[in-house]
Amino acid sequence: MSVPFQPLAVSAFTATSALGQGLDKQLAAFAGPFGGLRPNDFSSVPLDCWIGRVDGVEDAALPAAHAVWECRNNRLAWMGLRQDRFLEHALDARQRYGAARVALVLGTSTASIGATEEAYRQLDSEGRMPAALRRPLIHAPHSLSGFVAEALGLEGPCLTISTACSSSAKVFASAERMIRLGLADAAVVGGVDTLCDSVLFGFNALELMSPEPCRPFDQGRRGISIGEAAGFALLERTEAAPRTPRLLGYGESSDAHHMSSPHPDGLGAELALRDALARAGLQADQVDYINLHGTASLKNDEVEAALISRAFPASTRASSSKGYTGHTLGAAGIVEAAFALLAIEHGLIPGNYGCATPDAMCGPHFALATEHQRVNVALSNSFGFGGNNACLAFGSAPA
Amino acid sequence: MSILHVHLEGVGLWSAALGDFAALQAQLEGAGVTPPPARPPAVRLPANERRRAPESVLLAVEVAGQAVDMSGRAASDLLCVFSSAYGDQLISDYLCSVLAQAPTELSPTRFHNSVHNAPAGYWTIATDCHAASSAITAGTASFGAGLLEAATLCLAEQRPVLLVCSDIVGNGPLLEMSNTHAAFGCALVMSPQAGPDTLWRLALSLQPHAGGSLHPGPPTGAWHEANPTSASAWPLMQNLARGDGECMLAAAETLALRAVLEKSA
Repeated sequence: MSVPFQPLAVSAFTATSALGQGLDKQLAAFAGPFGGLRPNDFSSVPLDCWIGRVDGVEDAALPAAHAVWECRNNRLAWMGLRQDRFLEHALDARQRYGAARVALVLGTSTASIGATEEAYRQLDSEGRMPAALRRPLIHAPHSLSGFVAEALGLEGPCLTISTACSSSAKVFASAERMIRLGLADAAVVGGVDTLCDSVLFGFNALELMSPEPCRPFDQGRRGISIGEAAGFALLERTEAAPRTPRLLGYGESSDAHHMSSPHPDGLGAELALRDALARAGLQADQVDYINLHGTASLKNDEVEAALISRAFPASTRASSSKGYTGHTLGAAGIVEAAFALLAIEHGLIPGNYGCATPDAMCGPHFALATEHQRVNVALSNSFGFGGNNACLAFGSAPA
Repeated sequence: MSILHVHLEGVGLWSAALGDFAALQAQLEGAGVTPPPARPPAVRLPANERRRAPESVLLAVEVAGQAVDMSGRAASDLLCVFSSAYGDQLISDYLCSVLAQAPTELSPTRFHNSVHNAPAGYWTIATDCHAASSAITAGTASFGAGLLEAATLCLAEQRPVLLVCSDIVGNGPLLEMSNTHAAFGCALVMSPQAGPDTLWRLALSLQPHAGGSLHPGPPTGAWHEANPTSASAWPLMQNLARGDGECMLAAAETLALRAVLEKSA
């Protein structure tokens, strides 16, 4: 038996990035506009690049009861959970539905590998991790979800999705399926990725890092800037929250092309987009805004700009927000979903910060400066290594 | 509480002692079993990829290929879910070691192979699969959570799904944390409908607040306890080899997944 797709209410959401803690800080940056990137002051040895670092993570200790989960990534998760009253909303859902009826699905690319890196820098004379870091839970990729499940007291299905840069977009799809099949009544979804040596030196080794703040879709773009972020959303059936924006659909696909570069014709990206539109029952001309993946890598932006040009009429507005935040990797999906939701709630299209002269592949869709217009339907694209693609469709509540 | 019914059409398995599902069946019947080679053949990968693919990819592709072969389905048609408690522990150990000593010498290939979805990426590339693919983890519940995710996907989308659960042996200082001393992989192909190729019918239901009953008992020294995937998958693997049976799997810290298996009529 097939259960038809029903839109879900996004009854609460939040984002914390280099722009600051909580949604107001993100909105203020779009209005400014100002970006959150700074010269790299994070890596264990110097590396010439720009990063999107969240201030104050080091000082945001976990409550003592959760000390076994202490690491920088979980500190950012804890900081993110406490913005926009998200923690209260999540605990209220637990109260209303019961702890076992609220699923938790979080995306992360590197989880708390920063703590493993730190332990390897401090090995003792026997080659073991230092005692303070000898905590198995934080040296596993499920660390983030394990901590959040404990912090929120959730006992429903609990899953970490780790598909590189599409991780925290795909969480919406998994959660929707669980609710549709009756395995849960609500879901906390989200994602957190923090800066770490692995990604800074890894993308450096791949020669994908920009020596200047990243400039998505600019003709002169020189690569990506890496950022960190945390974001969360609460999904419920629409009866529970009839006035809030909705998850209308999603699409998922695989490029089947290459581990670290996108399909040259955007094949997988287009499949995910068509899947999302079909599931949401939308035509392309009904889409008001698309938050693009737009990493500022040469290849991604070229392929994605071509896809937007061939799939959408000029009335659809598009921009990348990675010039503000940097590429937050496994957290990009949720943070950019939050930006799409902000676009709907505030009638605001974030300008494509960092782009002065658009690439020749860019059509008339690009909002270089922040624009104000009604947004009923917004999409968010997320594409990851391994050719893993996701596209989310959100819409306003019916009038 | 909803019950998820899926129909199993293929199973793959790999450990140091057992090279496929037939070897497990033979072993349970008391027959002698020849151990497989150390390196999973992973014949679904093109030869050049097979030479340079990381161990986590070889293991996952090997069991995935076995399960898909048994099902008779085209790999390109299958949605796929790859689950692993630790991903590629050898690459994590390599990355952290190099980063501690000479970070700018990091290998770009090992970095892009370090993503948790590397097996999903290599698999979809090798099989020309454009369907949705996922890579997940749920700690020591990675097998049960993977089974739940795959069955949910299968029934919500009404499409056949490939589930692959695998963990390689750990290395270096990380090994003390992961405690993974044996490699193990298993895979299932499941369909939403019964068909001529259905081998087993599996009914899954959630049992919340299971608490302590999900935690493993004291170690017995059995080989399957030395890997998070085999430790959790072993009860279901044995039921598959026997043909039927019921078991409880951990799907999350306090959430159990009751798995009732029957031979297809």
